[in-house]
Amino acid sequence: MPKDSGIGASPKRREDVRFLTGKGQYTDDINIHGQAYAHFLRSEVAHGTINGIDTSAAASMPGVVQILTAKDFEGVGGVPCGWQVTDRHGEAMQEPKHPVLAEGKVRHVGDPIAMVIADTLEQARDAAEAIDVDITELEPVMDMKAAIKDGATKVHDDLISNLCYDWGFVEENREAVDEAIKSAAHVTTLELVNNRLVANPMEPRVAVGDYAPGTDDYTLYTTSQNPHVIRLLMGAFVLGIPEHKLRVVAPDVGGGFGAKIYHYAEEAACTFAAKQCGRPVKWTSSRSEAFISDAHGRDHVTKIELALDADHKFTAIRTDTYANMGAYLSTFAPSIPTWLHGTLMAGNYTTPLIYVNVKAVFTNTTPVDAYRGAGRPEATFQLERVIDKAARELGVDPADLRRKNFIKPDQFPYATPVAVEYDTGDYDATLDKGMEMIDAAGFEARAAESKAKGKLRGLGIAHFIEACGIAPSNLVGQLGARAGLYESATVRVNATGSISVMTGSHSHGQGHETSYPQVVAEMLGIDESMIDIVHGDTSKTPMGMGTYGSRSIAVGGSAMVRATEKIINKAKKIAAHLLEASEADIELKDGAFSVAGTDKSVAWGDVTLAAYVPHNYPLEDIEPGLEETAFYDPSNFTYPAGAYICEVEVDPETGKVDVLKFVAADDFGNVINPMIVYGQVHGGVAQGIGQALLENCAYDENGQLLSGSYMDYTMPRADDLPMFDVDHSCVTPCTHNPLGVKGCGEAGAIGTPPAIVNGVIDALHRAGHTHVSHIDMPLTPARVWAAMNG
Amino acid sequence: MKMTAEREIAATPQEVWAALLDPEVLKACVPGCQEMSGSAEDGFEATVVQKVGPVKATFKGGVTLTDMVVPEHVTITGEGKGGAAGFAKGGADVRLTPSETGTTLSYDVEAKVGGKLAQLGSRIIDGFAKKMADQFFERFQQAVEGPGEEAVDADPDATSDEKKKGWLKRLVS
Repeated sequence: MPKDSGIGASPKRREDVRFLTGKGQYTDDINIHGQAYAHFLRSEVAHGTINGIDTSAAASMPGVVQILTAKDFEGVGGVPCGWQVTDRHGEAMQEPKHPVLAEGKVRHVGDPIAMVIADTLEQARDAAEAIDVDITELEPVMDMKAAIKDGATKVHDDLISNLCYDWGFVEENREAVDEAIKSAAHVTTLELVNNRLVANPMEPRVAVGDYAPGTDDYTLYTTSQNPHVIRLLMGAFVLGIPEHKLRVVAPDVGGGFGAKIYHYAEEAACTFAAKQCGRPVKWTSSRSEAFISDAHGRDHVTKIELALDADHKFTAIRTDTYANMGAYLSTFAPSIPTWLHGTLMAGNYTTPLIYVNVKAVFTNTTPVDAYRGAGRPEATFQLERVIDKAARELGVDPADLRRKNFIKPDQFPYATPVAVEYDTGDYDATLDKGMEMIDAAGFEARAAESKAKGKLRGLGIAHFIEACGIAPSNLVGQLGARAGLYESATVRVNATGSISVMTGSHSHGQGHETSYPQVVAEMLGIDESMIDIVHGDTSKTPMGMGTYGSRSIAVGGSAMVRATEKIINKAKKIAAHLLEASEADIELKDGAFSVAGTDKSVAWGDVTLAAYVPHNYPLEDIEPGLEETAFYDPSNFTYPAGAYICEVEVDPETGKVDVLKFVAADDFGNVINPMIVYGQVHGGVAQGIGQALLENCAYDENGQLLSGSYMDYTMPRADDLPMFDVDHSCVTPCTHNPLGVKGCGEAGAIGTPPAIVNGVIDALHRAGHTHVSHIDMPLTPARVWAAMNG
Repeated sequence: MKMTAEREIAATPQEVWAALLDPEVLKACVPGCQEMSGSAEDGFEATVVQKVGPVKATFKGGVTLTDMVVPEHVTITGEGKGGAAGFAKGGADVRLTPSETGTTLSYDVEAKVGGKLAQLGSRIIDGFAKKMADQFFERFQQAVEGPGEEAVDADPDATSDEKKKGWLKRLVS
């Protein structure tokens, strides 16, 4: 019998009632009396010198309140980068200044040049057209490999070159890996591109800045995944506002996928301008602006070599990647191709020697940062593709080759050669489950059916591992993070027994308001409806790091468990007093405290009331009140893993790929709300199929964004997707957090792209197109057809 | 995008050359041209209203003529700013060679767009540029030759008497 409440139950998402009835309060729903509207005049060229900006005509246009350009931000810091990578020679990365508004040069299409504030948005837009910007165009830096050659035009004139860093990992293994590859029985080499993506959350970014001159308090309402991080970055590094004078609110947020982690110039500009012009200032991104100003994702160009011995055991991996940073360093950009990518190159396998080289390059494009999966999809894609290619070259079954090299359950904890230690897992279990779900045994019969229809059917297998809940803080500090990565929770029990839980994590679609109460209710034995979750407001919640990297339940949930444990401990003391019993004998069950071995008990509500009306209370021993806070800093990442398997059908006449079946067998450890986990996997798989078959962020050689709208940037739609068969019955609980949970938010986006591409290559090989060893994503009909007929 | 084409015009290279340098002819021939002023020596200022796919905008910009070899060759370069719509710029290498029927006008055109035009219109910009070039040279040919009996008259307000002459001949007569 499935549970109907608590951990493991699937109550419907309580937040959906307001989302689905138009009652959500998104940032754009926030309108402050007297607010003015901002519009950003953005660069239309990829690279150029600003000779002058004439705002005089615009300033006198109707409704214009103020026009700000770079010179108004003198004395204000630049947009900071939150992670410093050290290169393979021990040098710090090259870190260019990122001014709030373009200073001297424009460096990508969309780079903001001027901020026009007016009574209405239309007036601001009209005035922006009247600004005369004199720009001398410079040669755009577009190709990563050309960009780091000697004499290449520089994106940032004050840097040595366009190379942000040349990272080697693990540098000490470099020569040993070279040797292993030289002496291998077989080496499979694959060159590939991980295509640049645009996150496209349903809600575009919005910022509303407000300033109260009477108290010198600032408030920023923003579409953020982590309001405390924004308060820290913007307050400390850009505007110089101490935390107690700056409140950041991220209310209902309509999707993030990474793109709303970062501190963006528009947030600082609106906050700054609110004081300058004495009015609240609101900016709402248009969809066109989102395409050129939201941080993009992926954009790696990679060569990977996999060495195998005569027994087909993996002996070494060497991988060289060029990672596009775009024109400036977005908040966490440097960490994505390095620590979130290189550390995952072992995958699920026992490869003893691995060397990862990453060259991060500045180009005249929109900055690139984490997008759902963030480095881990790039690692998984190259690894799972090269294993598939190796299986084809060696004439062995790709599933068997994986099994032969899997880390086995008795090998955990398993220290990889890329600096992480997997605590637990059972990869044979998930692969077997996935093969059973796809009915691999029946594949040949279905392939014959497809053939009879003139179609080519392929079976695509991928197995992934990811590292979620990036931690612990002292380790990530050594790796270059300029922030901690703990999470916080305050459990505030009210006098009548109802509870407000303040979390430093943030929900922008994850369903926290539903799944977190399941955890607390399970621990206390009370009804979930008595518990509300408060998040997204730095004035209400303890300092927390927000939500990304599938960290909420593993880190935020653990903080909540710790705070609730403190509540239980104190409540037991109160109950012992009320029951005139020893604290050690008090048991909490089904919302009542009882004395072990007796029928004496006191209800939850009686204890909570006593805490706030302490007439009969041990005041000499404990304080009144029942409110506890915990900060949880994990001792390790969590390592979800799973098998992603699909069947695709290729139309040989057109090259069109149809995904007919898709299964995901994940090991997420313990699961709090299975329905929400299904939804997370579904969303991730849809985005993974989007990357594999449809989505591509394309620039022309002049640095113009060609895929700047949904006419050209192809988002996955319902009819591009099959029904998904998703399972998480394989469970190896995480060993180091109190819930035994691992995280599920990014899995689908990580495991899916290699499964799809492997499926298409399989279909082509079965049809005799054995010359096709790889097709770069997205596998559009044109690309597939060209590969078949090339 | 780039394109190359040629067109036969029933007029001498000198007549074609004169027309190419005439702002009134250019105004009449550039599709969507609202204003055209200036001279071949100092460059022209133009205002053009065009719709590229979903983007309709008024482009203001300059046109300069360089590498002039009378009456054989001229390079025409122009750039138009369309405000929020972005920008368009391009150039045409135009060559005139005498032929049996008059003049062979051949051209290599290169066009670039930026900003919202590129974001929204990249997929259709090649077709659009080709259409623009075709229309321009079609009108230009008519302006120089006068419309043939089959030709579509691009200037419905003109009197029937005027229609018998080419626009150039009207302008210079």
